[in-house]
Amino acid sequence: MITLDHFYILVGLLFAFVAVMNLRDASNPRRYSTALFWGLYALLYLAGERLPPSVAGALMIAMALVAGFKGVAAGTARTLPEPERRASSERLGNRLFIPALLLPVVTMLCATVFKDVHIGGMLVLDDKHQTLVSLGCASVVAVAAACWLTRSTPLQGMREARRLVDAMSWAVVLPHMLAVLGLLFSEAGVGKAVAHMTTSYINMDSRFIAVAVFCIGMALFTIVMGNGFAAFPVMAGGVGIPVLVGVYGANPAVMAAIGMFSAYCGTLMTPMAANFNIVPAALLELPDKNAVIRAQIPTALPLLGANVLLLYFLMNQP
Amino acid sequence: MQSAVNLWPLLGVAVVTLGFLLRANPVLVVAAACGVTGLAAAMPIVALLESLGTAFVKTRNLPLILLLPLAAIGLLERFGLRERAQTAIAKVRSATAGRLLIVYLFARETSAAVGLTSLGGQASMVRPLVAPMAEAAAETQYGSLPDPLRHRIRAMAAATDNVGLFFGEDIFVAFGAIVLMQTILQAEGIAVDPLHMALWGIPTAITAFIIHAWNLRRLDAHIRREMGKA
Repeated sequence: MITLDHFYILVGLLFAFVAVMNLRDASNPRRYSTALFWGLYALLYLAGERLPPSVAGALMIAMALVAGFKGVAAGTARTLPEPERRASSERLGNRLFIPALLLPVVTMLCATVFKDVHIGGMLVLDDKHQTLVSLGCASVVAVAAACWLTRSTPLQGMREARRLVDAMSWAVVLPHMLAVLGLLFSEAGVGKAVAHMTTSYINMDSRFIAVAVFCIGMALFTIVMGNGFAAFPVMAGGVGIPVLVGVYGANPAVMAAIGMFSAYCGTLMTPMAANFNIVPAALLELPDKNAVIRAQIPTALPLLGANVLLLYFLMNQP
Repeated sequence: MQSAVNLWPLLGVAVVTLGFLLRANPVLVVAAACGVTGLAAAMPIVALLESLGTAFVKTRNLPLILLLPLAAIGLLERFGLRERAQTAIAKVRSATAGRLLIVYLFARETSAAVGLTSLGGQASMVRPLVAPMAEAAAETQYGSLPDPLRHRIRAMAAATDNVGLFFGEDIFVAFGAIVLMQTILQAEGIAVDPLHMALWGIPTAITAFIIHAWNLRRLDAHIRREMGKA
């Protein structure tokens, strides 16, 4: 069976490769601390659950300190010179799209057609993490196709992946660390404290105010936690169910659907949702790390207002 | 009753807010917030490290969606994928950055709505194809773009992928969010048909499309204004 663990090893090896390449790269002004950073990340992927939890925690803090004190840098990227790349682009033409489109297409096929395939009574793909395992298989297929098309080696593929990882630098680990913080927040009871603050200081005698508190609270909470899934239980439990459903007789399906979408408006506006907002800015080499959030606010704010109105007018529909 | 809720852990939230406002390095801010939250919740250092470590190892799946496609995308970029995408879009005379992104928004939102969330993504679609195509569409119209405008188009490409994904996937019945909502409502003794929740998401999904498409048309107007000045 192909499981997520196989891809953890693959990614661990990629980071180990990034570490070694940086260590040997004299053009990187901070090659030792950069290698340390990616080496630690590789160790966390490769050893994973075999590490004692406290050691894993200490390694994470060490990584944060290396990154926080500007220890992560990149060497000069070695790309093909512009004319050569143009020529290769002309020569390969539209065939270049084939491996790129294999990524989504194979992912989709794995997730739909191959998900129930058994060999010798065992599932071929792990069904618990189906999407990621499918994406992983698709990535391997796409690398193979790209190597075949461009007559290069998987090693060159690793070098190119290193170039992109180097360009994104510490932004690669930010979503991961924020997820950890989110889990710590819920363990420490931040959710309860925020719900307590919103529900005990705002008077919800008016139906409109109650709806507005629910939707805006959902968005604000998501901005803080970086994840709508963390906000939903708190706001639904604090306002949605007792006030909107209990007092004003709202249809729970409408309350839940529009509530979750209000949380998503928050996701569009927070650096805490780093994998959607900060990482793409790094991936697209934008100088302003908040550029994607800035582009999203003109959509998120009006949509949040629209959600308040939609919920207000639709909530008593059967 | 009031004193039953411990408000100290909110200090962690304050650290995050302050850190982002002061534009400190986000990784450092997160580490500091972890420390402060742990202290505020009166966790001993070792217990704090243990819960951080457990959480970190458990969430290793999160960066995979970004990391797995990198080798293939990097390799194709080396041999001219972005240039090819730009040549292809330059042949479509009526293409503008905004119109192209509206088409992508529609495709992304509808495919996510039928459960095909992997037909997109920042690493696998936006960086290699969507952003270069949007830039090229504007360049075909107006010639070489100044950097700030180029960056704005790229940011809008990333934003379009997010908006399409978020407001499409939630009207797909088998999506995690619907399952989560159903579980939580059930715990409170309310039985809800997942199909109803999916259906009641549709008005917001349509509104999201209209508002973002409007913003994309404004992007075209912005490009026209900026390039008209030059």
